[in-house]
Amino acid sequence: MSAAVLTLDQIRYVNKAFWRNPMRAFFTFAFPLMFLVIFTALLGNGVVHIGPRAVKESTYYVASMAAFGVITACFSNTAMMTTFNRDDGVLKRLDGAPLPRAIFFASRILHSIFVAFLLVGITAAFGHFAYGAQLATGMTLLRFLVMLLVGSASFCALGYAITAAIPNGDAAPPVVNFTIMPLLFLSGIFIPFGNGTPDWVQWVGRIFPVRHFAVALQAGFLGTPFRWDDVAAVAGWGLAGLVLSVRYFEWEPRR
Amino acid sequence: MPTPMHSHLTDLAPSSSPRGGAASPALSPVPPAISVHGLRKSYSGVEAVRGIDLEVPVGEICALLGPNGAGKTTTVEILEGYRSRDAGRVEVLGCDPATERGRLKPRLGIVFQEAAVEPYLTVRETVAMYAHLYPGHRGVDEVIELVGLAHRRAERVVGLSGGQQRRLEMAIALVGDPDLLFLDEPTTGFDPAARHEAWEVVRALARLGKTVVLTTHYMDEAQYLADRVVVIVGGRVVAEGPPATLGLRQRAGARIRYRLPAQDTPPGELAAAPDADGFVEIHAEDPVALLHRLTGWALEHEQPLEGLEVIRPSLEDVYLELTRRGGGAST
Ligand SMILES: Nc1ncnc2c1ncn2[C@@H]1O[C@H](COP(=O)(O)OP(=O)(O)OP(=O)(O)O)[C@@H](O)[C@H]1O
Ligand SMILES: [Mg+2]
Repeated sequence: MSAAVLTLDQIRYVNKAFWRNPMRAFFTFAFPLMFLVIFTALLGNGVVHIGPRAVKESTYYVASMAAFGVITACFSNTAMMTTFNRDDGVLKRLDGAPLPRAIFFASRILHSIFVAFLLVGITAAFGHFAYGAQLATGMTLLRFLVMLLVGSASFCALGYAITAAIPNGDAAPPVVNFTIMPLLFLSGIFIPFGNGTPDWVQWVGRIFPVRHFAVALQAGFLGTPFRWDDVAAVAGWGLAGLVLSVRYFEWEPRR
Repeated sequence: MPTPMHSHLTDLAPSSSPRGGAASPALSPVPPAISVHGLRKSYSGVEAVRGIDLEVPVGEICALLGPNGAGKTTTVEILEGYRSRDAGRVEVLGCDPATERGRLKPRLGIVFQEAAVEPYLTVRETVAMYAHLYPGHRGVDEVIELVGLAHRRAERVVGLSGGQQRRLEMAIALVGDPDLLFLDEPTTGFDPAARHEAWEVVRALARLGKTVVLTTHYMDEAQYLADRVVVIVGGRVVAEGPPATLGLRQRAGARIRYRLPAQDTPPGELAAAPDADGFVEIHAEDPVALLHRLTGWALEHEQPLEGLEVIRPSLEDVYLELTRRGGGAST
């Protein structure tokens, strides 16, 4: 099989396994929607100021939870499932066959991108009907989709990279949550930044990819300015993740 | 009903050609499938493999025996390219597995002692997925039938029994049509019928000129399958040879056992103190002569020799003796 056909073939099997794993499919899609409902129920009537603009908090959360969903699906899920598969010997078995590593990663990252698009589509549709959120059209939509593509691929690559720091399956949820949860909070995903947001928090947002990604997605939903720097920052992290995964990825259970 | 594994054996063996190089490795111009010299490997200071030499000609079935922790899996996984070695020369199908693993992979079939596949794919999907990774793979359904999983084809892997999952492992190992098979305890968890079917599959592969290296704890498996067994104890080879002659088994003495007749006792060395069931067991360096005298006595005195048998040391006896002498290896 040619590389392209083999990649598609791999994606097909990854996809089948994804939908048949009830926990995985459920958490990927239900979690962000559940948070969306909870946050808007609690805080949805307020107003968030982004620069000169004032946006309804419910609309803000549609964008935030889209970002949250993509990060969960691409980063957290990838890291945990991959560690579990490594523990069980699934990766070791696969590594015994002549599957080129590039195709292994490419097919799985492409599948994550597909899941991310689906997830954002569902979140946008739900947000539209429940909270009147509106996705942009035209060029803004195109830029938004570029960020989504770059972001989902990058967070997925980072998910693979972090498995090198996870000793075993038991450690996967704590390590993953310890890395991502503080960043989600410090990037305005759950609680919008206000005027009083401390400097150091702003810096965390500037350094790590989460805020860049969230801000770029907001541009698509809220009509706030879109900056290519955000895309570049996320892509830089993704590239670093890819390099680290290629270098440090492990196929065998640790003992 | 499970489909027997050997239902396709006839398709497998095109002719009754003799085994590749097993018969005459010396005359064969073909280089050996595996050649290992002075192989060593330690895990954080503890030596698991301490200088193993091994040569496996093309077409041979070679069985590695040895107690738990002897270093069998370590050796096999170094040959597969999974683990690095500390010292020694290793050549597998003309490649060094440490540096040329990519060239080796398409030609190897592996059954791991411990590994797994994606639990949410079906048997057929799993085998097909692996088949697509090999350039010259075999028919997916043919291989599934060969390992006796045809009736479970559409079942997800999570729904398979332990033994069926091992059979699936075997199917994955076979589907790439490999030249060399590594089977690490391949039939552990198989029911007796499945084990015999698996043996037939392995034999048929060897008839096609494939080379097989297997590890096992079942002596009957080694006895039935192997052209040669290699006994490893504490990371060293302590004996090797065809199962029939391992440890000079064919020349070792035999035991003769029978129930002592109630009325009469054979003279001298023909008898011994009976056990609780009334059986005596005598050791014979030359069982033919001893048996002749014993049966001659029995005919003359019109005595039955109930339960008369000549017991040769089994492969298991030889193995136990060898590993006992090897000493403290399983610690
Ligand atoms: N990855 C590892 N890290 C540390 N020690 C290891 C590792 N793998 C094996 N060992 C040790 O090396 C020795 C040989 O192990 P190995 O698995 O090769 O034995 P084996 O002959 O296959 O045993 P078994 O019959 O139980 O499968 C053992 O003492 C084992 O504890
Ligand atoms: Mg072993």
